[in-house]
Amino acid sequence: MTAKTTASGVAYDVQGDRADSERRDAAMQAFVRDFARTAAIHMESCLRCGMCATACQFYVTTGDPKYTPINKLRPFEQAYHRHIGPFAPIYRLFGLKSNVSIEMLQEWEALIYDACSLCGRCTLACPMGIDISELIKEARHGMYKAGLVPDRLELMDRTTKAWGSPASPSDDFADIVRDTGEENGVPVNVDLPKADYVITVAPAELTEHTKALTDIAKILNKIGASWTYSTAGFEASNIGYINGDLDLQEKMTRKIIDNAVAVGAHTLILPECGHAYGAARWEASRWYGKKVPVRVIHMTEFLAEVVNGGKVKLKKFGETTSFHDPCQLVRRGGVKQAPRDVLKALGLELKEFEDHGELGWCCGGGGGVVSNVRADPLRFKAFEIKRKQVEDANTQHFVTACGQCRITLTLGAKHAKWDQKVESLLELVADNLED
Amino acid sequence: MDLLAFARGPALSFSLAIFVLGVIWRLVGVLALSPWNDLSPPREGAPPNWLSAIQAVFRKMIPHRTFLTAGMFTTANGYVFHIGLAIVVLLFVPHILFIRSLFGVSWPGLPNGVVFGVGALTAASLLAALAYRLTSPVLKLISRPNDYISWLLTFVPVVTGLAAAAHVGARYETLLALHVLSICAFLIWFPFGKLMHAFLFVLSRGATGVRFGHRGAQL
Repeated sequence: MTAKTTASGVAYDVQGDRADSERRDAAMQAFVRDFARTAAIHMESCLRCGMCATACQFYVTTGDPKYTPINKLRPFEQAYHRHIGPFAPIYRLFGLKSNVSIEMLQEWEALIYDACSLCGRCTLACPMGIDISELIKEARHGMYKAGLVPDRLELMDRTTKAWGSPASPSDDFADIVRDTGEENGVPVNVDLPKADYVITVAPAELTEHTKALTDIAKILNKIGASWTYSTAGFEASNIGYINGDLDLQEKMTRKIIDNAVAVGAHTLILPECGHAYGAARWEASRWYGKKVPVRVIHMTEFLAEVVNGGKVKLKKFGETTSFHDPCQLVRRGGVKQAPRDVLKALGLELKEFEDHGELGWCCGGGGGVVSNVRADPLRFKAFEIKRKQVEDANTQHFVTACGQCRITLTLGAKHAKWDQKVESLLELVADNLED
Repeated sequence: MDLLAFARGPALSFSLAIFVLGVIWRLVGVLALSPWNDLSPPREGAPPNWLSAIQAVFRKMIPHRTFLTAGMFTTANGYVFHIGLAIVVLLFVPHILFIRSLFGVSWPGLPNGVVFGVGALTAASLLAALAYRLTSPVLKLISRPNDYISWLLTFVPVVTGLAAAAHVGARYETLLALHVLSICAFLIWFPFGKLMHAFLFVLSRGATGVRFGHRGAQL
């Protein structure tokens, strides 16, 4: 791993020791390999109107045109027209689209990884409905194969391959859960051979937010469910999905689904993590090769299910709150009402941000941006939007339903020396169960 | 064969052939790619895919209010020249007569003076669009030759049409021939550049509509 700088002064990281032409070809092949119809339609359709810029937190807070979402795809737009598009043979024959240079890929690394949280707000702004964040994901497939990924994200990739999780070795998982159970006085189940519910986690639950491990246990125990954590399939935050490492994405997806099937579970509960929802709820079947035989739901959906179904009763706060909509859960996942139902059941009066729900602003840390320390200054800039939203709402609580959002928001507040607590929906429910 | 006869005859036939074949080629080129079959279970109560696609096509006609503050000019000006072009092309009586001579169908038109005014407004709107493209830092960065060629080949037919209708600049027959030839250039370029969005917008919006509808997400 080496940090370098392009001739134009843009920092990039590079992995492996290969010739530049080999990297470039690897990027192009990976990008072209699984290019499906919808992606092609979207690559054909841009009007160059610039509306996507108005939706992007990184453009809005810096005013730098290079952060215009569609600009982040430029090398891949060139590659698409040269290699895949309907007129690709004509472009090649007349030399109208040159091959993408390695310098261009190096320069674009920061735009594709540091300056895009895959939040998809630009998709809502695009008059053609181009799903730009999905195309950025496609571009990341190419960048990963080229060995042009921010070092911190590549480190998480390698750690996950070695440990089964970017946060903790699989061998330690059961001990972490049991220790947390003892510490919080909550009985926990680990590695039961059979259970109806299998619980999965994200790195945040194994580091900053270990209490979440027992929060969900407390609720499942309360409703008398048959449930377990499993060492064989606990890690749901899919770093392969974020980095563009498709092999790892498939491996991590299969791991949690195969385990849930082996345990005979009817439901796999995903943690409070947005990208886990994107990877497992919407993309798992792509890797599983058929319909996933287990119901996959987000923690927030589970909470709404037990609250709306009357399985748990909650103590009422009688206070006000604002809510940060995690992009992958709400805008790109369609789970907008569930967290609002739970907040209501907690007796929290929700003061919505002006832009909320599907139009909500990203925390700034999605798509691996929060883990990519190189992007910190840009992320802190983007955080200004969220800070203003929270301050304008002026509520007693500020809640979200994604551990990574929570970490990003907490780090943003700390950097801004702003005393603002960010609360977890799961924790609020677990701490306020009626006896 | 004089210039007008050439323009109306072989030039127009050739252009229409390129237009039709090019549009088919480009559409088949993307539609022939394999779809990603989404086997994930849809959100409970999700509309059928066809309905999600149609809803997206219409939903995307008006931007969300939050994007309008910064995108007001793009949106409003876009509406002005699109509606203007539609009126000029479809409701100018000589155009209707020409279409009838080609396809045998016709409909009532608007008074020539009204269409002339709309044409002038459309030309002004297109000029404003170009000025914005040349001055906005975002648009300058993301624009390609395609954008300028497409603009030029849209603008020239409007201007030559106005000149022909007003009988200014040259003999009427010459102006008319130039007008028809400019339309030929427009038709030839259409499948290769972004003018193709006249077809692609349905596919592009529809595809995202299907993806979001399946998930129960709002566009």
